[in-house]
Amino acid sequence: MTACAIMGSGNIGTDLMYKLLRSNELDLRALVGIDPQSEGLSRAADMGVDISSDGLQWVTQNADQIDLVFEATSAGIHRSHAPEYERLGLTAIDLTPAKIGPAVVPGVNLERHLDAPNVNLITCGGQATIPIVAAVCREAEVPYAEIVSTVASDSAGPGTRANIDEFTKTTSSCLEEVGGATIGKAIMVLNPSQPPIMMRNTVYCGLQDGFDPERIIESILQTVDEVQTYVPGYRLKRPPVFEEGPFATPGGAVATRIVVLLEVSGEADFLPAYAGNLDIMTAAAVRVGEALGAARAGSAS
Amino acid sequence: MTAAFRLTDSTLRDGSHAIKHQFTVDQVRAVVRGLDRAGVEVIEVAHGDGLGGSSFNYGFSGIDEMELVRAAVDEAENARIAVLLLPGIGVKDDLAQAADIGASVARIATHSTEADISHQHIALAKDLGMETVGFLMLSHMVAPSELLEQALLMESYGADAVYVVDSAGAMTVSDTMERITTLKNGLKCGVGLHAHNNLSLAVANSLAAIGEGIDQVDGCLTGLGAGAGNCPTEILVAACDKAGFETGINLTDLLDVATDVVRPLSPNQGVIDRDGLMLGYAGVYGSFLLHAKRAAEVYDVACDDILLELGRRGIVGGQEDMIIDVALELRQATDDGDRSK
Repeated sequence: MTACAIMGSGNIGTDLMYKLLRSNELDLRALVGIDPQSEGLSRAADMGVDISSDGLQWVTQNADQIDLVFEATSAGIHRSHAPEYERLGLTAIDLTPAKIGPAVVPGVNLERHLDAPNVNLITCGGQATIPIVAAVCREAEVPYAEIVSTVASDSAGPGTRANIDEFTKTTSSCLEEVGGATIGKAIMVLNPSQPPIMMRNTVYCGLQDGFDPERIIESILQTVDEVQTYVPGYRLKRPPVFEEGPFATPGGAVATRIVVLLEVSGEADFLPAYAGNLDIMTAAAVRVGEALGAARAGSAS
Repeated sequence: MTAAFRLTDSTLRDGSHAIKHQFTVDQVRAVVRGLDRAGVEVIEVAHGDGLGGSSFNYGFSGIDEMELVRAAVDEAENARIAVLLLPGIGVKDDLAQAADIGASVARIATHSTEADISHQHIALAKDLGMETVGFLMLSHMVAPSELLEQALLMESYGADAVYVVDSAGAMTVSDTMERITTLKNGLKCGVGLHAHNNLSLAVANSLAAIGEGIDQVDGCLTGLGAGAGNCPTEILVAACDKAGFETGINLTDLLDVATDVVRPLSPNQGVIDRDGLMLGYAGVYGSFLLHAKRAAEVYDVACDDILLELGRRGIVGGQEDMIIDVALELRQATDDGDRSK
C-alpha cells in the first residue's frame, strides 16, 4: 500500500477521505487542515483517521511516513506548499487549479505522467468532459470543442466561487492540451434550484465533413464505460446527437457538431448525491493516486 | 434641467440576440452615431451573452465583439461605451481588453442568487477605472429581501450601481416597484432597471421605477432584444416626456435611428407572439427563445412545450444546452407514445 495524506479539510478534502478509506492500494495516514473546528476534521476523527490542524508543518514533520500528498486547499496555497513537497521527495496530486505539474485525466493521458513529481487534476468540469473530447478526437479532427458545466449552487464552495475565472481558463486550455481539440472553450454555470440539480455537463465538438458517426459514437460509449469504473454515477443523459450547421467556430467553419449531454451523480460521501462535481474530482484523484503510487513502488524495487 | 435618470441603450448588446449576434461594423457605427446625436449617455456593445459569449451554446458572433467595441468607441463623440460580462462565460482578460480599447462602463451580470461570483470582476473593473454596474439577472425569481442581500454583496465589491434585471420579462408593475424600493432603501449605491417586454409591461415597469426615483434605466431601439424584446428606448423617452420626467434625450433623433437603422434589422420587433408571451408567463430567460425555436424545428416538437419544461426545471441563464436536452426528451416521449399506440 502507498501511504498518503490529504492537505485541506474542506468539501473536496473530506469527500476524498471517504474514497481513500475504500481504496485497497492507498493507505490514508492523516487528514490535515488548518482549522481545528472544521467539520472535515471532526468527521475524520469520528472515523478513526488521524487529524492535524498544523497544515504544512505536519507534512514536514511526517514526510518519512508518506509518499503522496493530495492537495485540496486552493491554488494559492498549493503554490506555496509545492516547493516543500518537492524538497521532501513527496509526490503531489493537486486538486486545485494551481496547475504546477502536468494536467492529467485518467484514461486519457495519465500513463504518460506516472513519474511526474506533481500532477494536476484540472477542474471538475474538465474531468467530466475531457474524456469525451478525447474520445471524439481519437476518431475525427476537432477544430473546436466547447463544454458547459452546470453545478448546483449548494455544491459550489467559496473557493470555487471566488475562482470562477480560473475554472473556465484552466478547463479551456486543457480541452486543447489534454483533450486534443485545436481550440477549446469552457463555460461554467451555477444553478440555485431546490432541490439541487445533479451536475450536468454538455460537450459540443465541431466536425469537418468526412467523419464516421458510428465510430465516434462507439468511442464515446467506450469512454463512458471507462469513466464509470471510477465514477459510478457518470452517465450519458441521452444518446449523442449530430446537428447540422454550418457553425462559424473560432477553429474555422464546420458543417456539423456533435452534442453529448452528460449527468454526474455522486456517491453522497460528504455532500448529497447531486454534488457529482465533488465526486468526479475526488474519484479521479484516487485513480491517479493509485497509479502514481504503483509507479513509485515499481521504481523503488 | 437635469435628467431624472440615466439611460443606457443596449441595442448593440441585448439587441444582438434578436439578430443572432450578427451586427456589422457599419451597423454599430450607424446606431452609435444616432444615439450619440440624440443625447444617450451610455451605449452597451457586446455579444448578447456578454464578452466571450460567442460560442456553440449561445451562437457565434459574425464580427469579433472587440472590433465592434472599437468601432463604437471611435464613433461616439459624447456617449460612453459599456460592455457586459457574465462570470463563467467571459473572463477578466476580456474585460481588460475592452477597457484597453476604450470601454468605460463595465456591467457584471450574475443570476439573482449568485452575486458572489462577481467579486473579482467588479474589483478588476474598478481597478481599471471603469464605472461598474452589478446586474442581477432573473430578479423575478427571488423575493425583494433576498435580492437586496445579493445587491449588497455587489455594492461591497465596489459596484457603483446594481440593477434589477427582468431577464424573463416576468415582472408586473408591483413586482418591479417592490424590488426597486427595497434596493433604493437598502443600498447606498445607485439602482437600475433592465426590463423585457414579454408581458407588454417594459415601459410601464420602467416608468414606475422612474417614479420611485431610480438612477438608471435600460432601453433598446425598437425594443430589439432577447425574448419579445426590451423596453423600446424611443417609446420610453416619449412616455417620459408625457409623464414629465426629464430625459435630456431628443426624441426625433432617436426615432430617426430607430426607424432608419434598427427597424429594418428586425421588421417584426415589438410583436409579442405566442412564444414570447410564454417566456414571461413561465418566467423563462428571454435569450432562450430563438434557440428554443431552432430546437423545436430540428426535433419536431412544440416550442411552447420546450419553454414550459425549461421553466418547470428552474433552468437559469447560461444553460442554453438544456434546450437541446429538453427537446430530445420531448422527442423521445412522443416517439415512445407513438410506439405504444
